[in-house]
Amino acid sequence: MPNVKGVTMIEVDARGFSCPIPVVKTQKAIENNPGSLLVVLVESTVSKENVSRMAQSKGYSVEVEEIVDGFRLKLIPS
Amino acid sequence: MQWSRQLVLVLVTGLGFGVVASLLVEWGNPPNMGFCIACFLRDITGAIGLHDKVHYLRPEPVGLVLGAFIAAIAFGEFRARGGSSPLVRFLLGAFVMIGALVFLGCPVRALLRLAGGDLNGLTALVGIVCGVLVGIFLLKRGFNLGRATRTFAISGWIMPVLMVGVIILAIFTPWFIDQENRAAHAAPAVSLLAGLGVGVLAQRTRLCFVGGWRDLFLIRDVHLFAGIAAFFVAAFICNLALGHVTWGFVGQPIAHDDHLWNFLSMVLVGLGATLLGGCPLRQLILSGEGDADAGVTILGLIVGAAVAHNFFLSSSPSGVSDWGPVAVIAGLAFMFAVGFLMRDDV
Repeated sequence: MPNVKGVTMIEVDARGFSCPIPVVKTQKAIENNPGSLLVVLVESTVSKENVSRMAQSKGYSVEVEEIVDGFRLKLIPS
Repeated sequence: MQWSRQLVLVLVTGLGFGVVASLLVEWGNPPNMGFCIACFLRDITGAIGLHDKVHYLRPEPVGLVLGAFIAAIAFGEFRARGGSSPLVRFLLGAFVMIGALVFLGCPVRALLRLAGGDLNGLTALVGIVCGVLVGIFLLKRGFNLGRATRTFAISGWIMPVLMVGVIILAIFTPWFIDQENRAAHAAPAVSLLAGLGVGVLAQRTRLCFVGGWRDLFLIRDVHLFAGIAAFFVAAFICNLALGHVTWGFVGQPIAHDDHLWNFLSMVLVGLGATLLGGCPLRQLILSGEGDADAGVTILGLIVGAAVAHNFFLSSSPSGVSDWGPVAVIAGLAFMFAVGFLMRDDV
């Protein structure tokens, strides 16, 4: 659990999982760590869209970075 | 805003798909069966001699896979991948097909039957939703089929190439393709074009007739549900205009009214599709995007169709068979076993 500038950061590695598993894992991480910054690694565009949409509906803003084997989503609590 | 653009696209896809599904009946496909993934894969299975019941090399599933393949290539989303519990997926696919053949329709046809006035479609919808809710319970407990990995491109090309093979079989009709007594069908070119069009749009929108319900209950997201709702509305209005709506439970085309087994067989389909991550239509689309696990699932559906017909598990308009209900119970037992046992600690 890395710590950036005093904010706890949770990482969810959902690469290789097809939907809805990345969404379920991210949802679980949000429930278990309310208010924390989350980094979610996903592989497909579908997972990127689904996780982003779910996070935004829960009030997180999402920053997307393309990585070699997919996408790195930074979910920032409002 | 990207969300609203996606919503518009999925609504347009649902509406267009619904109209096409209704028109295909007018153009020759069986009643309330303008599009049915389970029935059409079953017909292909019969055409290549794996059972001797209904048979026809249906172009629609071929079009779906190839349409998805074209869209995935065009938008840079084709990724060869696989290795996520292929044997379990194969068996889940087989049981989903058996469930669909006990009800006589996949989740797409369940809506089309209702859009044609067949109220048994309502029983099926309740079954699908119950199956989805059980699936969500298992997903929340940590169920998953494991990670897939990227693999050689050829692995992702196999399903699209097999579909081209079906077209070649349809054109050259070698000795083992029975050309007599083929199931009712629209003109092959029209069916292929319909499949291609829906395949492209379904790939872009991720349309899924089980995922719509799943996302609605799991994450309160209406995106996919909007697509299937639009599909139903369009098919219903088009059926009304064409005079294809007859309300009732009894005497509906290619249907029976055994409520218990209509319900339980579609619980099996809803649960199986939730565990698999998508309905049979979605599996066809994924197989066109390079997902070898979805390809294995399609092979499971095909073998399920062969088993259902060769071992008298499928229903007929006169009702369920003696062994169909046994297969449904066996399928549910299998799905509960994998659902409870294949899980990460959460």
